[in-house]
Amino acid sequence: MKELIKKLTETYGPSGHEEPIREVIRAEVEPLADEIRIDALGNLIAIKKGQGGGKKIMLAAHMDEIGVMISYVDDKGFLRAQPIGGLDLSTMAGGRVQFADGAIGVIAPEKRQEFRKEPELSKLFIDVGAADAQEAKKRLGQAASFVRPFADLGQRIVAKAFDDRIGCAVLIEVLRRLDVTPHEVYFVFSVQEEVGLRGARTGAYGLEPEVGIAVDITASADTPEAPKMAMKLGAGPCIKVMDGGMISHPGVKNLLIETAEANDIPYQLEVLAHGSTDAAAIQLARGGVAAGCVSLACRYYHTPSEMLDMADVENTVALLLATLQKTFEL
Amino acid sequence: MYLEELSNAFGPSGCEDEVRQFLARTLRDKVDSLQADALGNLIAFKQGTGPEPRLKVMVDAHTDEVGFMITRIEKNGLLGFRAVGGIDDRMLMAKGVLVGPKRLPGVTVAPPIHLTKPEQREQVIKIDQLLIDIGADSDDKAKSLVSIGDYVTFDTRFQLLGSEGLRTAKGKAFDDRAGCAVAALLADEQYPVDLYLSFSAQEEVGLRGARVAAYRIQPDVAFALEGTVCDDTPKDRDVSPTTRLGQGPAITLMDRSFVADRRLVALLTETAEANGIPYQFKQPGVGSTDAGVIHLARAGVPSVAVAVPCRYIHAPVSMLSMNDFDHLVSLMRASLQALPEKWPGTGQR
Repeated sequence: MKELIKKLTETYGPSGHEEPIREVIRAEVEPLADEIRIDALGNLIAIKKGQGGGKKIMLAAHMDEIGVMISYVDDKGFLRAQPIGGLDLSTMAGGRVQFADGAIGVIAPEKRQEFRKEPELSKLFIDVGAADAQEAKKRLGQAASFVRPFADLGQRIVAKAFDDRIGCAVLIEVLRRLDVTPHEVYFVFSVQEEVGLRGARTGAYGLEPEVGIAVDITASADTPEAPKMAMKLGAGPCIKVMDGGMISHPGVKNLLIETAEANDIPYQLEVLAHGSTDAAAIQLARGGVAAGCVSLACRYYHTPSEMLDMADVENTVALLLATLQKTFEL
Repeated sequence: MYLEELSNAFGPSGCEDEVRQFLARTLRDKVDSLQADALGNLIAFKQGTGPEPRLKVMVDAHTDEVGFMITRIEKNGLLGFRAVGGIDDRMLMAKGVLVGPKRLPGVTVAPPIHLTKPEQREQVIKIDQLLIDIGADSDDKAKSLVSIGDYVTFDTRFQLLGSEGLRTAKGKAFDDRAGCAVAALLADEQYPVDLYLSFSAQEEVGLRGARVAAYRIQPDVAFALEGTVCDDTPKDRDVSPTTRLGQGPAITLMDRSFVADRRLVALLTETAEANGIPYQFKQPGVGSTDAGVIHLARAGVPSVAVAVPCRYIHAPVSMLSMNDFDHLVSLMRASLQALPEKWPGTGQR
């Protein structure tokens, strides 16, 4: 599964520019699904038909990642950028970005001291190594993602964009291993989560699911001076109770807890002070959807070096599989 | 001239009747149907000439402008007011305004320079301390003329600055009467696609009209037409202006409310290049438009926004280039002709 994760995290796909990552995921799910759709905003939907007696379930993992959009190119060929999604500015200076065509740019501060004191995006520029300004001008309006190679540390792995390519990897793996299910399952690889849960909102409207479960990362609070929260690496999938945008449907939350306990799958309960996931948008679609979320504890999220534990990945796949293989009432 | 009449029309958010009536009158003979809805949107439908099933295209422009509402009547006949939509308090002293259904001329109060101390002149007077003077000498007189809840706009007449070879216009409410005028001009031609011109209400208070209009229309793709921020006056630092006057229609790639569909961006830029129409990109990340709610309607609508750059918007008087305006009309007409019969990337594969 690490090969798949590496491929997914290293592929380009800032919010609104998901075509390259969608093509990679589509190649993975096309042989596994009964039907494939791409909807109006670009969500990729892989459908697994049920044996009957089950529910319409939407699983959502977002394909998009944070990045920047080039807003200005000056007469010397230096680029300025606006954020796509929530950026951690402290990690940006000295980093690199990548454009859809593979071109690389270096992120540099105007004045290092000043940037350290007061990190602002307007004090950074991007140098694409253009010999003349004309060559750089074509980057105006293009989106770029951050660059950092996948690193396999053994039990733990490091990459950019685990948020939420790890969710995508989990969904692909669940689809691969899901032999039979009573449910009609929609594996939705959604767009534009990082700019406001936009793809999941329209995707859920189109699919009208009875149950919605997002698979995403959550903040791991097991590092020095971390905020006081319960989530930590390696302690199992986090079953969301509440976050900044949603209170999980108690039936969905309890279903996940009971399934984990019945199958000896370790789990943690997640109460996240801020942030949210696609589940918050799914919950409010049409007349409302019973929604929940399974998260993977992730260190250093929204930086180019996010860290996960492989046991959490495996256990998240196991929990979702066990949930989908049985019938249930909420 | 549509732009002139639309700019002069009285139409703060929630009180768009005058704008709507002008558009209904103007478009009656040019479209197949006109429909007004519960929020005050006017939707003009023009059937396409292509074979069925035809692409459903929504072209949105908002009818409302930023303005004010009367909140209280003081003993001396002066009127307290609040803003409807986003207006900078620094714009507000000693401005001519029009008040209520009678369109009573009034002036916002201001202390004369003779009576203020230098440090007072450094301060911004907040809107809740300002009053409107309609020349009434008592509260009884004012109450006979004005009600709490009456709307107020700036009293600004449209002017073409056509002498000296300029192609510039000044007036109020170019955000978004410029978009309304462009959309209205689209009705003069036939297109292969089914065209829904949505003149949407209440954009300035939260993109409210377009949200329900898009739900009703259920378009395949959408264009939001705007009069947008232009800040191309000289600055100290070498940074991006949001848009530049006279450099052509400004295409939005991303703002606070949406990320434009790249296929529609490509349609606009390729159509512009094929027809020799200049265009520019609006600086990403600034502002929001009706496209922000249209693209989220029902199961989603690929959307883009394109605008006439306007200096000094949300102020008593703004300025635009008639060249940019004419280019946006040409660009939209050509783009509606160039849309594919079936929008790719949707439906089953």
